[in-house]
Amino acid sequence: MTETSLSMLLPGECGTVERINTAASNVRQRLLEMGMIRGTPVEIIRFAPLGDPIEVRLKGYRLSLRRAEAEAVIVWREIK
Amino acid sequence: MKTLTAAKVSLRNIALIGNPNSGKTTLFNQLTGLRQKVANYPGVTVEKKEGRISFADGSEAVLLDLPGTYSLTANSFDEKLATDILFGRAPHSRAPELVVCVVDASNLERNLYLASQIIDRQLPVVLALNMMDIAAEAGIEIDVRSLERELGVKVVPTIASKGIGLVELKRAIAITHNASGKSQQWRLPEVVEKEFEELIALLQEHHQLSAPIAFHEAVTLLSSHNGLGDQKDRYSPELLEHVKKDHLRLDFLGIDRQSIFVESRYEWIKNVCTHAVTQVSSTEITVSDRIDRILTHKILGYVIFFALMAVMFQTIFTWAGVPMRLIGDGFDWIGQHVTRIMPRGDLQNLIVNGGLAGVAAVVTFLPQILFLFLFLGLLEDTGYMARAAFIMDRLMSKVGLNGKSFIPLLGSFACAIPGIMATRTIENPKDRLVTMLVAPLMSCSARLPVYTLLIAAFIPNTTVLGVFSLAGITLLSMNLLGLTAALGMAWIFRKTLLRGSPPIFIMELPPYKMPSLQSMIIQMWERSRLFLKRAGTIILGVSIVLWFLATYPRLENASPSEQLKQSFAGRVGHLIEPLIHPLGFDWKIGIGLVGSLLQREVFVSTMGTIYNIQNASDADGSVSLQQQLQRDKDPVTGIPTFTVLTALCVMIYYVFAMQCMSTVAVMRRETNGWKWPLFQFGYMTALAYSATFIAYRVGLLLGMGA
Repeated sequence: MTETSLSMLLPGECGTVERINTAASNVRQRLLEMGMIRGTPVEIIRFAPLGDPIEVRLKGYRLSLRRAEAEAVIVWREIK
Repeated sequence: MKTLTAAKVSLRNIALIGNPNSGKTTLFNQLTGLRQKVANYPGVTVEKKEGRISFADGSEAVLLDLPGTYSLTANSFDEKLATDILFGRAPHSRAPELVVCVVDASNLERNLYLASQIIDRQLPVVLALNMMDIAAEAGIEIDVRSLERELGVKVVPTIASKGIGLVELKRAIAITHNASGKSQQWRLPEVVEKEFEELIALLQEHHQLSAPIAFHEAVTLLSSHNGLGDQKDRYSPELLEHVKKDHLRLDFLGIDRQSIFVESRYEWIKNVCTHAVTQVSSTEITVSDRIDRILTHKILGYVIFFALMAVMFQTIFTWAGVPMRLIGDGFDWIGQHVTRIMPRGDLQNLIVNGGLAGVAAVVTFLPQILFLFLFLGLLEDTGYMARAAFIMDRLMSKVGLNGKSFIPLLGSFACAIPGIMATRTIENPKDRLVTMLVAPLMSCSARLPVYTLLIAAFIPNTTVLGVFSLAGITLLSMNLLGLTAALGMAWIFRKTLLRGSPPIFIMELPPYKMPSLQSMIIQMWERSRLFLKRAGTIILGVSIVLWFLATYPRLENASPSEQLKQSFAGRVGHLIEPLIHPLGFDWKIGIGLVGSLLQREVFVSTMGTIYNIQNASDADGSVSLQQQLQRDKDPVTGIPTFTVLTALCVMIYYVFAMQCMSTVAVMRRETNGWKWPLFQFGYMTALAYSATFIAYRVGLLLGMGA
């Protein structure tokens, strides 16, 4: 397990959320409320055709967010 | 009778709340049927959807559909509104007596987040556990009794799209009168809990807040990032001082105040789900996944997106043809009968050539508008709209907007007014303003009559590439021109007037689903009602005024065209002719432009009225407006009023110009002042004038003038 940001993961890779690291309080609140809280497993499903935004799966549903926002999500990368 | 009036006074006020994509709207439609009305909340232009729900014993209640929301933290305009209503803080509305909270059973954990906030509000709550079929497909089993026990509220499983569970839901609503009594079942770490309870007590004491409101406010105050933003004016300096000290103490202990509340709630929800939910089987690759692989594919994704758009505009053009002809024939038939029954004279003339011709010219376009709303509704209900936002976001970010702005823009193809209202889901005020400013550049349904009239009359009906008609392609081009202009202007505004940080784009991608036929029908019915209402009021009024202006003053022994030229309307047209001459427009088009300042489709009714008056001597009245436009020539020079180039120029003018007073009014209300609507009107008119001027000159150079 290594600590990295969600934006560094590739499609198919999984990570576990550690914390949200951004000064933008509204982005942080929204990410938290959508379930990006410590200990939540997140899987990268795909990148949008132009590479951004990305689609992830967490808590049994799909969420899309921009790379810039995913950068703020610090995760433990699962090593396969 | 007495019981009836008594019932009227004591009608219960029920609010329906839920996450976006939880099937809330479908449930609302199922519970109320066609007995609903859409109005605006006082002061803000937010659609307020209300309906009547009747129970087995014949009694009724008012059901209020709140905007879809993920939480009560009030990140966006929609969420703030839902929260204010729930807490009885919205102007002119009282707090509901009961809340029906819709949750998506296939996505229970995240949906219960809002539900838990609602339960904390301490109103009587009934939980509609919706989309049970999708949950079953995904291998999720939910023990309803156990869920009820854990949450402390009545839970009713439903499948709103198939009408299953509605009777039980209504029964539960009818018999639930008390709040569960259980609140804050989630636990904070001890040190936070202590501060939290202290603050609640202070709020109740100093500000006389009720327990649930003090509870909600305490969460907001303690988790607020820094400063206290707009909370500052609401509370006494002493209280704010206390909150500041709390912040310092908790920060010093290394507690993340913002996430602790969210995490504690989710911790409890996880526990609830462990008791009530069993994941029986899990299919790794769902149907939605397979569809997504194609629809968000690097190349196919865009091919399909643009093909869908092309098909949409093509079918609007072709499929609507038959019903349009029928409506047109119907009005002709009425006109002929009125002509036969009534004595000749000004009154007959007023009814046939004034009112009837004007209204007919616009009502004929009802089928096209219905098709447009059908398509947009399908895109929205199937879940494709979110995918369109997903694949378009990168492009939108280039102009400083985001994928979420794309949905209001796409919606503005129907009408800029719901489009502008749909911007409420955009959190950042600057992003919202940019989106609102450019939304009316999208070719709305009111332009459709203008485009289709001119296309049908002047664009040769040939086929391109074997499948696409030139007419459909012209229509698509006009729409693309509007889209390009919207994006270009957004980029300019972003670079100049409204600089700011890049917008956030955190959006759920709901699973694909079959659209509900009932929802489609209700939406189409609502839209056609509004459209016909406008045709019956504004357009009828304008047509009659225009008929008067185009008929008087009466001249002795003048030919109909000479008469029109000398009429009040003709004089106005001539007055502005020098202004529009550089665009290749004559005075008759001038009358149309002035007349349609109110709303765009009036151009068509204006042309209908003018040409009917001018050609009144043709008498039989069966010559269509298209043919009249094609035949019209300047009586002196013999040059046709309309050429292909003029038709294109008129269309281009309408692509850009802000000929819609309703949009101006909505902008005024949404932005709370005249500054932005006036700016919008100004820039769009300037854009329309210059674009048409360039198009006309280029067209002349290319030899299209003849």
